Amino acid sequence: MDLARIVELNAVYARVIDTEQFEEWPKLFHDPCLYKLTTADNVAKGLESGLIYADTRGMLEDRISSLRKVNIYESQRYRHIVGLPVVLGEQDGEAETETPFLIVRIMREGQMDVFATGCYRDKIKPDTSGALRFSQRIVVCDGRRFDTLVAIPF
Amino acid sequence: MDVRYEETTTVWPEDSLARVPYWVYQDEPNYKREMERLFEGATWNFVCLEADIPNKGDYRTNQVGDLPVIVVRDADGKINCFENRCAHRGALIAFDDGGNVQNNFKCVYHAWSYDLCGNLRGIAFERGINGPDGKMRGGMPRGFERERFGPRKLRTTTLCGLVFATLSPDTAPIEEYIGAEVLGRIKRVLNRPIRVMGRFVQPLPNNWKLYVENVKDTYHASLLHTFLTTFRISRLTQGGGVLVSPDGGNHSSYTIGIPEGANAGAYKAQDIRTDQDGKFALADPSVLDSVEEFGDHIQLQILSVFPGFILQQIHNCLAVRHVVPRGVGRMDLVWTYFGFADDTPEMNRRRLKQQNLVGPAGFISMEDGCVGGFVQRGTLAASDHVSVIQMGGSTAESQETRATEASVRGFWKAYRRHMDY
Repeated sequence: MDLARIVELNAVYARVIDTEQFEEWPKLFHDPCLYKLTTADNVAKGLESGLIYADTRGMLEDRISSLRKVNIYESQRYRHIVGLPVVLGEQDGEAETETPFLIVRIMREGQMDVFATGCYRDKIKPDTSGALRFSQRIVVCDGRRFDTLVAIPF
Repeated sequence: MDVRYEETTTVWPEDSLARVPYWVYQDEPNYKREMERLFEGATWNFVCLEADIPNKGDYRTNQVGDLPVIVVRDADGKINCFENRCAHRGALIAFDDGGNVQNNFKCVYHAWSYDLCGNLRGIAFERGINGPDGKMRGGMPRGFERERFGPRKLRTTTLCGLVFATLSPDTAPIEEYIGAEVLGRIKRVLNRPIRVMGRFVQPLPNNWKLYVENVKDTYHASLLHTFLTTFRISRLTQGGGVLVSPDGGNHSSYTIGIPEGANAGAYKAQDIRTDQDGKFALADPSVLDSVEEFGDHIQLQILSVFPGFILQQIHNCLAVRHVVPRGVGRMDLVWTYFGFADDTPEMNRRRLKQQNLVGPAGFISMEDGCVGGFVQRGTLAASDHVSVIQMGGSTAESQETRATEASVRGFWKAYRRHMDY
């Protein structure tokens, strides 16, 4: 799989979140899929839970409609800094990749703090149109402390 | 009504459970007093799950208020708890989340060692060092009585797989401390061996009591949290109520999954924001795919044990939450998600999905992460003002409605007794 296309997928992913085009976010996944937000500690101990756990595109869409219409939180946005992916393997047209990330959270009052760092453990393959999409994105955060609340996906 | 009191801070304004002064969330000396009188006083503090330390030598570290502790299972299978502070220079004896030790803990600083009961057993070079002339030099004085030194020991007790500890010799047995009604609601959920599914920590920008009050506040749940209301996970118009222990400190609120009958239109009639019925629908409702697990139609139960333990059952989503103070204006909320050891793969997947409801990113609980901070910031210039906690009257007994703040008043009843306010 062309590394440049994987990089581009990651860049688009970061951009749709950081520019608050959240409705575009689920479209970057296959259906069914697996998106999970967890910690390195849970992964190391074989603990399966996620802060966010979605195994269909519908569940990802529900995250977005909930954050748009339902949940209450102080206005905030993210700036993703996404590193370069490593392709760990490729099988049946699906690449397994790992990409480091850093998320700065910008709060309503203007504070900019590192909110999370970690790596994305992904499985990526093209959809019927040929566009690369995630069949799996496990967000493995380096730490386990999530300040105040996590409204927007990582 | 906003009543202003002229008294200086740390004087309780009036003898009513329905009025609480804002300085309790702000005052440093009051925080120190809480550490001494509540956490180090006659209270049972959650320290770990039995499932965390199944084998001899297994230990976990935790905090009882500001007091760092080690909880360890000894050779006899007994669970001991002692202060995580070396008797020598005060360093942490264990500086990880947990693990396994053979027979002793050894402080890394000067290699003083402790047995699994927290007794000081070994002092490096206690007799000194043999010099070239054959004379022993250095070492501890001859009269040093090792057994008089050691970290403080806490009594432990277990209940349904939960481990609690107390520093005070006066704390009542755990069953009595919790009270029969609330105790029954713990046993209802923790009825067989559990398995931990994941852990997360949520630092909150507020005093620890604001979160504990939030947990006990049955009035807010369906008003703040749209998700609860819209999907009828918990509405005040559904069956349910709140149990408050006789001493006030412990509570269990519950929602019964039965139709609302005559009250079905009450949220609509009051134009309450959280009732989004018909306006908000899930694309994939499998997140709410639940099964009756406990045989009593209670679909939501939130339970607290004074001062900082919470047990949660929302459908099949189970968790314990531990409130750890981090100074006057900060706290950690430690989430441990769990299921049962005998869960089928289907039940495991159901729990994984339902865990979306809670935690720092929870569809339901997200708002609780910020609302305490709103109070903390909103009251910054109001330390001598009071909050009004009067829904359902001014007393703190069990009520068959959740349109009440009875269990919040219960917290203050227990708090004031322990704090001697």
